[in-house]
Amino acid sequence: MAKKLFEGTAEQMSRLMDCINANRNEQGALMPVLHEAQNIYGYLPAEVQTVIAEELDVPLSDVYGVATFYSQFSLMPKGKHRISVCLGTACYVKGSDKILEAIEKELRISCGECTPDKKFSIESCRCVGACGLAPVMIVDGEVYGKLKAEDVAGILDRYIKD
Amino acid sequence: MTCEQLKKIAAEKADLINVRKIVREQAEKLAENTGYRKQVLVCGGTGCTSSKSAEVIKQLENSFKELGIDDVLIVKTGCFGLCALGPIMIVYPEGAFYSQITPEHAKTVAEKHLVKGGETVKELLYADTVNKDGSVIPFAEIPFYKHQMRIALRNCGVIAAESIEEAIAAGDYLALMKVLTEMSPDEVINEIKAAGLRGRGGAGFPTGLKWQLTKQAAGDVKYICCNADEGDPGAFMDRSVLEGDPHTVLEAMAIAGYTVGAQEGYIYVRAEYPIAVERLNIAIGQARQLGLLGKNILDSGFDFDIHVRLGAGAFVCGEETALMASIEGKRGEPRPRPPFSAQCGVFGKPTVLNNVETWANVAPIILNGSEWFSSIGTPTSKGTKVFAVGGNIHNVGLVEVPMGTPLRTIIYDIGGGLPNGKRFKAAQTGGPSGGCIPFTHIDVGMDFDNLTAIGSMMGSGGLIVMDEDTCMVDIAKFYLEFTADESCGKCAPCRIGTKRLLDILKKITDGKGEPEDLDKITELAEHMKSSSLCALGQSAPNPILSTMKHFGDEYLKHIYSKQCPAGVCKSMLNYYINPVQCKGCTLCKRNCPANAISGAVKSAHTIDTTKCIKCGQCIAHCKFGAIVKK
Repeated sequence: MAKKLFEGTAEQMSRLMDCINANRNEQGALMPVLHEAQNIYGYLPAEVQTVIAEELDVPLSDVYGVATFYSQFSLMPKGKHRISVCLGTACYVKGSDKILEAIEKELRISCGECTPDKKFSIESCRCVGACGLAPVMIVDGEVYGKLKAEDVAGILDRYIKD
Repeated sequence: MTCEQLKKIAAEKADLINVRKIVREQAEKLAENTGYRKQVLVCGGTGCTSSKSAEVIKQLENSFKELGIDDVLIVKTGCFGLCALGPIMIVYPEGAFYSQITPEHAKTVAEKHLVKGGETVKELLYADTVNKDGSVIPFAEIPFYKHQMRIALRNCGVIAAESIEEAIAAGDYLALMKVLTEMSPDEVINEIKAAGLRGRGGAGFPTGLKWQLTKQAAGDVKYICCNADEGDPGAFMDRSVLEGDPHTVLEAMAIAGYTVGAQEGYIYVRAEYPIAVERLNIAIGQARQLGLLGKNILDSGFDFDIHVRLGAGAFVCGEETALMASIEGKRGEPRPRPPFSAQCGVFGKPTVLNNVETWANVAPIILNGSEWFSSIGTPTSKGTKVFAVGGNIHNVGLVEVPMGTPLRTIIYDIGGGLPNGKRFKAAQTGGPSGGCIPFTHIDVGMDFDNLTAIGSMMGSGGLIVMDEDTCMVDIAKFYLEFTADESCGKCAPCRIGTKRLLDILKKITDGKGEPEDLDKITELAEHMKSSSLCALGQSAPNPILSTMKHFGDEYLKHIYSKQCPAGVCKSMLNYYINPVQCKGCTLCKRNCPANAISGAVKSAHTIDTTKCIKCGQCIAHCKFGAIVKK
């Protein structure tokens, strides 16, 4: 597959620079900057990591090391709608693995992947703390609780349509 | 701000809070002083927000406008603890407890109850608060709350979570004032030591001693850190404290700062907790504005400020040295100790690191004295513990009980037992580092030492209840998948050990287990315990060891008979159709994706187990319960 070139806008870059400037003199600035960069771009492409490394005067290897260590940082773009299924213990005992299976089947991709049309990506997460609603899935920050596998298609339909 | 100003806020708003603590008649009198006829508290914690409590608040506001109600106060609080029933709404002064409220319900309550001369809407109240004769009992008297003792959670669900004035009225910052005006650092340390407070994050290290070691460490720059990286899946007490009473954490950190000689603090909080992060930032802003953080706090000459650092989804960052590396902006990998963080912590400086729940216990100890605190609990574990009770149990939620409370009380009296008439099989405590407690130990008093003695651990306080349909080998595998995934990879015993243990468990649950696998597990587990760098690897084998100890027969059945007694491990199951119950409706046959079912209309069908892919579609479609897994 041909490597798709990274495309960022000037506006995104200026937001990134604002964040870097605000944190430049802070001790341990790298993590907050990476968080903001991921907010801006949705993921951390190599080009963005390079900018951060140069501006914060941190070796690129360190930036890459941190970006790959933490599961919240992603080097790959995510889908337009991000689905995450809680696989924390409380959800697991209530069958969240079956919810994940149903979503994978419905979208025909595996956990961690993005649909070819870039509309959906699935990831698993560890406990969002809504254990009273177990099992839960989160689509674009919206929490759906007390799920059954047969609810999945209906929920995804709402996002497929828009 | 001066001490007098602080006291003034506390006094002015006190009745507003007291209405929510005292029951009925007295509260009604007090309510007159507050200027509000009634107060409606709506939970704004993560659980209830996920079940749309924000829409309930919006509806209440709209209804108040339509009905011309202007003397009822709406308060968005933190978590009430009974998350299974969310969204929760409580009306004071009567203490009426509405559960699972929708915006439509809220409208009804506004029209029938909150208007002048209104009556409680009994149909919408939580059923346990309505007696058979129709009388209503205040929610504090129902079994879920009656057996609890709330110290760390004292203000959660009581105060408006984003109001510093309500926090002060409920007592926040008064302990800081007492410390700054009346106590020397050594007196504070002695008080915390005498109270017997032990760290609530898992290890149970004495908090007073930790502070003393940091105070004694050489250096001008020291730090105070708060561990809010609650990674243990199924535990959410720290989040609830941050969402419901963030100021108590800020106050306690400032007290520790004064005690050990630190001017700066960091709160390391999970990025997965957006509401907690937002409330923390609001709280810090408010405290700075009132001068309760920053320079010259309460005219004492003491400076202290706090920064928030977000985690990024690494379980190992709950370990103290890894957490500190992460605050420094590095990969969150642990390092060998010594040096301990009391000598060499964040940025190489002496550091106190305590967990959120530990911090939440500090102010009450200062205000009420160490004797009061040490009178609660057991000889070695003082005070209370918050448990996040989840899994197969009626009342999923947060429970705070005195240390030493029997597990049975938590599960049956407070938790309301297991749903669907299922039998209790085990309770898992301590998350991926802990173990399972079988029914034979259900009367164990829950404290640090008792749990360790039966092969589990307190951990941060997650308590997952499992019923008879849970396969213990599968649960052990679930936890190993977690630790193998979260192992940071720095040391070999953990990186390779977790992977190999997981491989063996997969082999067993796939029906390929051999008798010698159990010996291999035991040997490998011992090596990991003795040689891993940090607690993650050292405790990763616990879920297997404790399930092997208490549920050894399940492992044996998986290995020798290739059977999964709970009917969970797919590879060992076969699907059968009970010919007596089967009506020959053909629904299963038509829905089988593998064409494994045969049979004529109106006669019993059969499943060809060689073709069956065990997807469960037939069971899902059968209306007669004729298909069984065994």
